[in-house]
Amino acid sequence: MKDFEKTISTPGGGVLEAPKRSMFYMFWRLFRKNRTAVAGMLIFFVFFVVAIAGVLLTTGSEPILDPSLVRLQEKLRPPFSKPLYENLRPYEIPRMGIYILGTDELGRDVFARMLQGAWVSLTVGFVAVGISVIIGVILGGWAGYYGSNKIIAGHVLGIFLIVLGTVWLFTDQMVSGVVLFLIGIFLTGFVGKINQQSGKNYSGKGFLLFPVLSIDGLITGLIDIMLCFPSFFLILTVVALLPSSIYNIMIIIGLTSWMGAARFVRAEFLSLREMDFITASRALGVNDGRIIFLHMIPNAIAPVLVSATIGIATAILTEAGLSFLGFGVPPPYATWGNILSNGKNFLFDAPWLTFVPGIAILIVVLAFNLFGEGLRDALNPKLRERL
Amino acid sequence: MISFIARNAVRKSITLFFVSVISFLIIYLAPGEPSQIDPLNPMFTKEVLERFRKEFHLDKPLHIQYLYFYRDLFTGKSVSWKDNRPVLGKIWERFLNSLPLFILGTLITWTLSFPVGIRAAISRGSFYDRSTTFLAYFLISIPGFFFAYILIILVVTQLHVPVIGMQTFGLSSANSWTLLMDRLWHLFLPSVLGAAGGVAILSRYVRNQMLEVESQDYVRTAKAKGLPSDQVHYKHALRNALLPFVTMFGLVLPGLIGGSVIIESIFSWPGMGRMAYEAILARDYPVILTVNFVSAILVLAGTFLSDLLYMVVDPRIRL
Repeated sequence: MKDFEKTISTPGGGVLEAPKRSMFYMFWRLFRKNRTAVAGMLIFFVFFVVAIAGVLLTTGSEPILDPSLVRLQEKLRPPFSKPLYENLRPYEIPRMGIYILGTDELGRDVFARMLQGAWVSLTVGFVAVGISVIIGVILGGWAGYYGSNKIIAGHVLGIFLIVLGTVWLFTDQMVSGVVLFLIGIFLTGFVGKINQQSGKNYSGKGFLLFPVLSIDGLITGLIDIMLCFPSFFLILTVVALLPSSIYNIMIIIGLTSWMGAARFVRAEFLSLREMDFITASRALGVNDGRIIFLHMIPNAIAPVLVSATIGIATAILTEAGLSFLGFGVPPPYATWGNILSNGKNFLFDAPWLTFVPGIAILIVVLAFNLFGEGLRDALNPKLRERL
Repeated sequence: MISFIARNAVRKSITLFFVSVISFLIIYLAPGEPSQIDPLNPMFTKEVLERFRKEFHLDKPLHIQYLYFYRDLFTGKSVSWKDNRPVLGKIWERFLNSLPLFILGTLITWTLSFPVGIRAAISRGSFYDRSTTFLAYFLISIPGFFFAYILIILVVTQLHVPVIGMQTFGLSSANSWTLLMDRLWHLFLPSVLGAAGGVAILSRYVRNQMLEVESQDYVRTAKAKGLPSDQVHYKHALRNALLPFVTMFGLVLPGLIGGSVIIESIFSWPGMGRMAYEAILARDYPVILTVNFVSAILVLAGTFLSDLLYMVVDPRIRL
């Protein structure tokens, strides 16, 4: 099968070759027409390079640019000002010999802090969106592919006991929590077993096999529930109640933003499942895992990638908003959000502390949004037909 | 129709129940307790703490606390832990403050988005289209508070009008005209800021919707038979493009309560969002949970309303 012939011989003896246009080439030909999207993509890559350079330059025991070095005698110096060497001790002299973006209220080099913040913002965006895409693809795929399977009463009861046991474990009732937890696990396993050997007579246990609702109903219900929460308020609540840490912020943004991806994947899976090539592979005896991972996910992933690109932009903005309200990434990490929210106290004395991070966030988020929109247009099969 | 409403009501109440359980669990299982909000305060002796825990049922198991809380909420007896005032009254008061902001913001959003989006769609690819597209992305991408500060600097230094709070302090003796203008100036910036993102998103949506309808066969037919272009655009295309927006009226509802935490904080606007933020800071669980619950009700009511409207507007849909 590997060496599938891509040529057809014509009656005249010549050979006609199938067009050698890869999917990527088709995509690129459409994409490059959209000049703003190409600009967005370029900024996207530049941002990557800057973020990685930022990690290399600002970490280690003796970083080239130290973002946390306090020089109180040099505070609030405007951009492009030279350090006053007579006031500085030898280790305080900046390596660059100039404060490109000025210094803040503690005399820290804003350029170094921006470089460090680029990496933090990038990781917050990527990890949060990574979490939401993984949850979205799993739940959406599950609902789309196995959606018509029923959940039986025994499973519901078992999982309810497990959840209740876990909740009790965290409150005072340790022993009964553990007991409930174990009963729940046993029940779930037991019901799963007798469900597989159906056909035998299980008088008296029939109620455990009663179908309650479909998997699709469960997952769409879960999506509905999550959509009921006002998202920024929910994120704010959880971040405020939990101990402040950069990982909590990433995880919470991820856990509250998977619904879009789940809906896309579910819709794509529902339509793909009925297509002929899936029926054909099922008829060939291909197993479910192979169908899902090799045939369905590659066809369903395009809208998810688009929304992920835009999701990274949203996550960066959310982090900045949290920082503004005082719940952002805690020090010593510098993020663009907390540089900006510190800068607001010096809005009139030191406007660069507000404008440098503000414009940086604006440019990066704008680039991600334009790139994402360009991707959406280029991946849209309706538009592709026009060429 | 009746069965649709009944099914919807059952499904939505189940959703609401789970929302209430989940938000309750999130808040009560988070580490820390409201009684520990100020451990260094010498007024907080052990006895006071015990009394506090007893008063607010914090010593009971979780599911009992859940029942207590929602019983109090539905009977209207639920009080804020911070100042002992009834939660619903407190929310209502703040809601009235947020209402003008919401109304003006929504008005700006809806009246501005349609002309902009429609014109962009009709003159597709023109300079106007490209510049409004870019402007829309610009407004979506700018951090809200950064934009707010830029506008504040501009307005304060150029127009010399007051912007912070709901009204200028100590102005109550002035005549009613000055008072009115003062209120309006204070309202202006926060609602423009609140509307900015909405205009950007909605005008893009109008443009895309309009473009889709413009590419339909019946629009081409109308053009081909020589109708004036105004008639084609506004009678044939626009009327059909409007369909999904009727349903979006329902989705505006949740915005009523969410408010904007950030904008209200910047402008010291004593509205819903700011109250919610203060409640989070003070770990005032009844207020946080009630705001959450009410906004969930509004989301559910909004989607229900939009389904109903869709049925009324679009005869092809029979649920």
